[in-house]
Amino acid sequence: METDVLVIGAGAAGMYAALAASRAGARVILADRSLIGRGGATVMAQMTVAVALGEETPDDAGHHLADTLKAGRGLCDEPLSRLLCEEAPECIRELDGWGVGWARNNGHISQVQAPGHDRPRCVYVDFVNTGPAVSKTLRTQLNRTPEIRRIGDLLVTELALSQGACIGAHAVHVTSGQTLGIAAKATIVATGGLTRLYGRNSASINMGGDGYALALAAGAELIDMEFVQFFPIGHLAPRLVGMDPIMWDPFRYKLGGRLLNAAGREFLQEEGRYATARDHATYAILTEVAEGRGSPHGGVWLSFQHCREAELRAAFGPIIDRLAANGIDLTRQAIEVAPMAHYHMGGIRVDADMRTTVAQLFAAGEAVGGANGANRLSGNAITEALVFGRRAGLRAAALALATKAPTLSAAPHPPEAKRDINPAAEIVRLQALMNEHVGPLRQKTGLERALEHIVQLAAHCNPGAPRGALDAEWIDLHDLASMRLVAECITRAALARTESRGAHQRADFPQASDAWQRHQAVRLAPDGVHVR
Amino acid sequence: MFAKLKVWRGVPGAAGRYEHHEVPFEQGQTVLDGLRWIRVHKDPSLAIRFSCINANACKECMIQVDGKTVYACTTRLAEREMTLEPLPNKSLIKDLVTEIAPPDERLESPPR
Repeated sequence: METDVLVIGAGAAGMYAALAASRAGARVILADRSLIGRGGATVMAQMTVAVALGEETPDDAGHHLADTLKAGRGLCDEPLSRLLCEEAPECIRELDGWGVGWARNNGHISQVQAPGHDRPRCVYVDFVNTGPAVSKTLRTQLNRTPEIRRIGDLLVTELALSQGACIGAHAVHVTSGQTLGIAAKATIVATGGLTRLYGRNSASINMGGDGYALALAAGAELIDMEFVQFFPIGHLAPRLVGMDPIMWDPFRYKLGGRLLNAAGREFLQEEGRYATARDHATYAILTEVAEGRGSPHGGVWLSFQHCREAELRAAFGPIIDRLAANGIDLTRQAIEVAPMAHYHMGGIRVDADMRTTVAQLFAAGEAVGGANGANRLSGNAITEALVFGRRAGLRAAALALATKAPTLSAAPHPPEAKRDINPAAEIVRLQALMNEHVGPLRQKTGLERALEHIVQLAAHCNPGAPRGALDAEWIDLHDLASMRLVAECITRAALARTESRGAHQRADFPQASDAWQRHQAVRLAPDGVHVR
Repeated sequence: MFAKLKVWRGVPGAAGRYEHHEVPFEQGQTVLDGLRWIRVHKDPSLAIRFSCINANACKECMIQVDGKTVYACTTRLAEREMTLEPLPNKSLIKDLVTEIAPPDERLESPPR
């Protein structure tokens, strides 16, 4: 197959990139390893989306930028942060025009105040429906753009290179087992982040960092890989089904809520408001647990018992019934919450045109590193997906229209794999290890122990070729190989950074150091992963 | 507690078979949890389709449980035998996985 622009990943960034590239006159293939617009992180986003609209309170992009830089703890790549904040209003209003359904109050788009923002700035779709609404809206636009070829169940295994430039990709169509190449004049990696690497995560199955592994293998540089954001109040107990574990975020926006330790004390000095930045709240919760003041399952309590039933219903309507179906009555009980891997600040290094360090290769969305520094401001993830997706689509289209069609040679046939492990079990083991030693609180000995396992695992990470239709074991082998490589990048970068900053907290180096106010770049060389 | 999962395995054009698995579970766990347990502890070749795991956002994990079409991620495990089969009205890919993508989002669909 061949096209002008190949977009890998069909979350918000990939879908918006495909739309923008198509509108700019390029032929587009949009590929996803899952179904189009259903896998990935976007569809799971609960709320909110940060954007300086000034609908209810005066605001401008400069204020949004100041908060983004402050939250980033001195490590934001400022041109990227600036782009995110400045182009956000246009993208959010375009989605509004497409009928996404941002919640409104007296005709104005409602904006709530989230932790780290200096004013109400975050838009959302009720009830707890922001991500699904954004996905559906973009899917509808795709359906109205038949020129965009959409292909689901297509897992990209390798970016194709010619004289150092990316000329498309090789992929496996997982449901048939067929391998195929897609020649492209420009390629956009929009595969999201890596939170599946952790045992406790709010990710979909697709968030194993494959885009980082693809980019590394193609020679691209990654940055800030050590900065994994843990969402402080991920659901812990009792077991909920049919609900996203980050669902308590919107509850806290609307209703405040009290975060309590085992003694029933509010340990964050929030006075019922939702005010503490994610990195600080995560650290505070882990401290309560470590010092014996945690809840029975190893988290803390989140209580809305001060709210009346009518107040809960007005704010969350049908969600209250879904909680009841799970046996939970918030007027009578607190629930348990604990940090869970939620987002990755690091990623593929790009410039403000979303160009990676490899010619003809772009990146967009969470796959990009730098815009959010060492700690992401809440609400910036969907914003980043939209703004960076659109920018990548436009720039990739412009490049493609000025580039000759490449010729893709067949992918080298992979060596026969041994299959001497259960890759599904090895993934679970790796996730547990990452959670324990490379999670929100780190120290040298734990990081070294993790690294030892990760390096040894490499010997088992040759997935070979799939054996027929939907070779589930091959998919896990492929994922294990990507996850292992990306885990090595995080762990090596975390070992090297001998300070604490934002989401990277070292028990053995508890202070931030001015000398470390810099990015670390990661590359893959023939002799392995290099961090500098 | 144990659930007895009777899981259909097979590919198109051949007679399938049922496999029996005893799956340990805790109150509140789901059929998808049980299937993932089988893949991790018994047999990683079991093919299932899901993406979001627990949020019921991706809508990919539709199968039949005891003859009824449900989402595996919101159906609770129970201390009895539960029969798990692929959707009968979709073309089979393998085991519990069927072709549920819209026709124009499939590889084999001709470019328009």
